[in-house]
Amino acid sequence: MENMPLLVLILSAVVKILIIVHMLIIGVMVMIWAERRVSGWMQDRLGPNRVGPQGLLQPIADGLKFMFKEDLIPNHVDKPLYVLAPAMLLVPALITVAVVPFGGSITLFGYEIPLQIADINIGILYILAVTSLGVYGVVLGAWASNNKYSLLGGLRSSAQMISYELTLGLAIIGILMLTSSLSLRTIAIEQGAYPWQWNFLIHFPAFLAFTTAMFAETNRLPFDLAEAEQELVAGYHTEYSSMKFAMFFMAEYMNMIVGSAVVVTLFLGGWHFFGLENIGGPVWSGLISFGIFFLKTAIFLFVFIWVRWTLPRFRYDQLMNFGWKFLLPVALTSIVVTGTLWITTGSRLIVGIGNVIAAFIVVSIVAGLLVMNKAPEPAIQDDDSRFTPTALDAVE
Amino acid sequence: MNAEQILFILFGAVSLIGAISVISFRHPIYSALSLIVTFFAQAGLFVLLGAHFVAAAQIIVYAGAIMVLFLFVIMLLNLGTLSVKGAMGSKLKGLAIILGILFAAEGIYIAVNALNDTAVASAEPAAASVTTTTYDIGELLFSKYLLPFEVTSLILLAALIGVIVLVKRGHQEES
Repeated sequence: MENMPLLVLILSAVVKILIIVHMLIIGVMVMIWAERRVSGWMQDRLGPNRVGPQGLLQPIADGLKFMFKEDLIPNHVDKPLYVLAPAMLLVPALITVAVVPFGGSITLFGYEIPLQIADINIGILYILAVTSLGVYGVVLGAWASNNKYSLLGGLRSSAQMISYELTLGLAIIGILMLTSSLSLRTIAIEQGAYPWQWNFLIHFPAFLAFTTAMFAETNRLPFDLAEAEQELVAGYHTEYSSMKFAMFFMAEYMNMIVGSAVVVTLFLGGWHFFGLENIGGPVWSGLISFGIFFLKTAIFLFVFIWVRWTLPRFRYDQLMNFGWKFLLPVALTSIVVTGTLWITTGSRLIVGIGNVIAAFIVVSIVAGLLVMNKAPEPAIQDDDSRFTPTALDAVE
Repeated sequence: MNAEQILFILFGAVSLIGAISVISFRHPIYSALSLIVTFFAQAGLFVLLGAHFVAAAQIIVYAGAIMVLFLFVIMLLNLGTLSVKGAMGSKLKGLAIILGILFAAEGIYIAVNALNDTAVASAEPAAASVTTTTYDIGELLFSKYLLPFEVTSLILLAALIGVIVLVKRGHQEES
């Protein structure tokens, strides 16, 4: 990459950015269609199937409708922040993808072009930094709407995102210790070609914790407390309509896609699959590796939909208990166990087995403590004071 | 003027504008947001200096965590617009003036010193192209700066335990 003329470097970067951004936007449309069709399939109904073959053009019809709707700004909102908030949620989702390697490398016109927009040496830190910014869009949108339901949704969401961000960061540290690099490309390459070498087996508890925290960060069911329909109308985007609402919606799906891509890179071997990525010449192997990465991400996205239509929503106290008392200890244990076993034995197999056993012990201890110290169930109160009492008081 | 200088001026200007907005906005939410803008510009300056890790840490810790808590508190307390009159009449006015003068004097002293110091004035910006990797920082933290590092972690642990004790006490009094 260093010997490349500046012009080629810039040109290749621009082309890569254009391709990836368009794939993301088309991916969002396909995901919306897939979500509705898969949910229909899981609930034994049809889902949208009228516009185009299998209803594939439904997202385009939806998008057109969003664009032609009146762009309404209510009178009681804080105008600058109200307009800014959807963009502040969308931009972090878009720029995270810059450091994700979506394939090996491809040789075109004699230049070897890595299939990644920017391979920076703090790749993981960059992802953590950018994902931690997503919360601003939700919180500011909620506050600027000047609506009690919105504000409650925003407060819930910020508490949830801060809590689960810790797990997100800590779960990665085990991988960093074994790879000794923060670059996502190095991490993907280090994992090797075969599924039993990939990080999700070596760091199985961390993988589960990371994935769960990822679900919480994207505000998806079972963690969609921020927009719980039964309690908060639509949560933080209650006051939004037309294209601004669509931007919130797009950001959610874009976060899912980028999150899946990050999980695939960190835990599921990136673009490797049984050495298939090395077949063919310098051009074909690049395209095949991209295809493998694409398929893995798509499979993980299906898991996102699958979980959403399978699990019910957490209650607020359950959400906090789960995050702080189960996920965080599991992530912390995985750091200690991985570090100790890696230094003493240096065997990935032992680290993998040790991680699972340790996580099992920790979860049993926490569950035992919770059962032993369980307070008697409070009688159901009329004033709903169990749900974020401080936030309710503050609004009133 | 090379690209690095242009970026430096850009980030410096954004940082300054953000910092001035923090104190000139009437509404605390806008002030908090201006502070976030300043943090971003400073992260950009760190990247220009080759300190990528510090830049990322700046965004993760300040923009990503601390400022979210700021916003959280502002929203929970539902702070309204602050008037300049109210702030000027406060008891802290004297202290603010003294601290402001001290800070300004410090800044002027550093600036004058730097201008007089020919070594700094003639230093090539090329020195900034040395990139500090996370590996280097880790090695320094666990060798040369081991004691400060450990002391810091102890202080953080103490703060953590303190918070838990305070919250626990409040809960027990309630019930």
